[in-house]
Amino acid sequence: MGRITLSKVTKRFGDVEVIPPLDLEINEGEFVVFVGPSGCGKSTLLRLIAGLEDVSGGVISIDGQDATATPPAKRGLAMVFQSYALYPHMSVRKNIAFPLRMAGIDKAEQDRRIDNAAKVLNLTDYIDRRPGQLSGGQRQRVAIGRAIVREPAAFLFDEPLSNLDAALRVGMRLEISELHKRLATTMVYVTHDQVEAMTMADKIVVLRAGYIEQVGSPLELYRKPKNLFVAGFIGSPKMNLISGPEAAKHNATTIGIRPEHISVSATEGMWKGRVGVSEHLGSDTFFYVHDTGLGTEMTVRLSGEVEMKSGDTVYFTPDADKIHRFDDKGLRLE
Amino acid sequence: MATKASRSAARVMMAPAVILLLGWMLVPLTLTLFFSFKKYLPLRGDKWQNGLEWVGFENYSRFLSSSSFWPAVTTTLIIVLGVLIITVCLGVLLALLLDQPMWGQGVVRILVIAPFFVMPTVSALVWKNMFMDPTNGLFAHLWRFFGAEPVAWLSEASLPSIVIIVSWQWLPFATLILLTAIQSLDSEQLEAAEMDGAPALKRFAYIILPHLGRAITIVILIQTIFLLSIFAEIFVTTGGAFGSRTLTYLIFQRVLESQNIGLGSAGGVYAIILANIVAIFLMRIVGKNLDT
Ligand SMILES: Nc1ncnc2c1ncn2[C@@H]1O[C@H](COP(=O)(O)OP(=O)(O)O)[C@@H](O)[C@H]1O
Ligand SMILES: [Mg+2]
Repeated sequence: MGRITLSKVTKRFGDVEVIPPLDLEINEGEFVVFVGPSGCGKSTLLRLIAGLEDVSGGVISIDGQDATATPPAKRGLAMVFQSYALYPHMSVRKNIAFPLRMAGIDKAEQDRRIDNAAKVLNLTDYIDRRPGQLSGGQRQRVAIGRAIVREPAAFLFDEPLSNLDAALRVGMRLEISELHKRLATTMVYVTHDQVEAMTMADKIVVLRAGYIEQVGSPLELYRKPKNLFVAGFIGSPKMNLISGPEAAKHNATTIGIRPEHISVSATEGMWKGRVGVSEHLGSDTFFYVHDTGLGTEMTVRLSGEVEMKSGDTVYFTPDADKIHRFDDKGLRLE
Repeated sequence: MATKASRSAARVMMAPAVILLLGWMLVPLTLTLFFSFKKYLPLRGDKWQNGLEWVGFENYSRFLSSSSFWPAVTTTLIIVLGVLIITVCLGVLLALLLDQPMWGQGVVRILVIAPFFVMPTVSALVWKNMFMDPTNGLFAHLWRFFGAEPVAWLSEASLPSIVIIVSWQWLPFATLILLTAIQSLDSEQLEAAEMDGAPALKRFAYIILPHLGRAITIVILIQTIFLLSIFAEIFVTTGGAFGSRTLTYLIFQRVLESQNIGLGSAGGVYAIILANIVAIFLMRIVGKNLDT
């Protein structure tokens, strides 16, 4: 249960083609993350799968069945919205019970499932409160609870963590990942945050303007970005991209080197520059190096606490086998 | 208004308005109370200068024991309730319709609101002469077209007619308030309900209607305040005949037609009491609905 296949799926709003014909396979039990900048069509794609928007062309099938014209309620999918979309006039219990009530499931079974979900999500203490009396993280859990009790074929999440503060986000990220491990149900997760994508996904789908730029596991995307867009989008801090004579030395139009694949020395190295701002995270230190003579400033990441003053001259050298090469169309060269 | 100084400054600055409003309310209220305990029939030669005779609660008991009192209260309540039911039900329906994206939305919305800008006297006259006239009215023509006997609306069905006229005037108000309430509903809630397997009718019952609860109570509260005192619509159409005499109208007749100011004032005090009973009752409901 929970295999979703999109073939030649297209979506137009009036004359604007938001999703050009797109093929995608989501396997059973997989945690798939759609990631891309704001406005690239991630939500639209998710809503197409949910059935909240009609496709302009193409076929969506769920578990081998053509579901293109199936109404949302009949697709067996549960969605968690960015705004949580809880029913404000109902208690937490009633919110979670709502899909079961609509499905006409008997009271005893309803209670069993609700109590179960409440226990899994730590909702028991405020099960009789209204959503308005809960914190953001608690509301998020209620929304997830409402999705779980339906025992859907797949979960759809639309930026569920973007309204939470940073610390809570890390916690909820973990909880959702654990939930996926436990339920082993297909999850489709939309985010604009590449860190969420990298940490949670089995499979990442990188989108730009409705096009799929690359599909792959987090490490595949990290190691072998197919093009400049993916190279720049995946990884934090961003990959350094150098073009011009330095790239030509490697027979490429552009070369990319990740900040963590550069070593630094005070005395000798391939390139030379002047230290600008440095950011100390404790576990890591990021430097921004100016006047590199490469036509761009470089970001360097060193692990541990490194003392370096602004204005110091440094020499730095990329790991030769970690250099990514791209051609004049921005595509990866092997 | 955090500091002591700003609080007392605020008090000083608000004082004129408060005093004016108090005077505005207290003077007529005191006068009404004063007259209600006096025998005051100007046509019989009672004069303010000669001093008025103190009659105690006689006006009150006479007003209450008059055969027109209870029918007037019933008529008032029927009209208020009838108009409330019609405007709220149709208002919800219209608001749902107007919320749908459609061609010419702006114009349609303005047209729907238009009746609210017509003065009650004018709209009642239009209804009386153009629609409900038993010989020349549009309804009479319609009835005849289908071979039915035209209804003499204002004499045979005076209460329903007045309810229709007043509803027509207040429907735009209800629609407007309910429309803004519907527009403030988060569309993701409806989508969530749709995914949870709720068909359109259940989405209406479980999501939209509860969301509208607050707006509906506000509509009921405001409309009741105004409906308790409708006058022009009755004055222009039936003149209080055919069982359409409300409490307000009865008071008007006592004061102006019978020229019995004392009796009318006692009626006025009853009206104030009735309005306050309704208001307290409504405030309870609204209070319950507003603090969620
Ligand atoms: N209902 C709609 N009507 C017209 N354009 C829309 C509609 N919904 C989304 N769009 C457009 O489609 C594009 C993708 O939107 P969306 O899927 O919400 O992006 P994302 O979720 O990736 O930020 C945007 O340019 C947006 O303006
Ligand atoms: Mg979005």
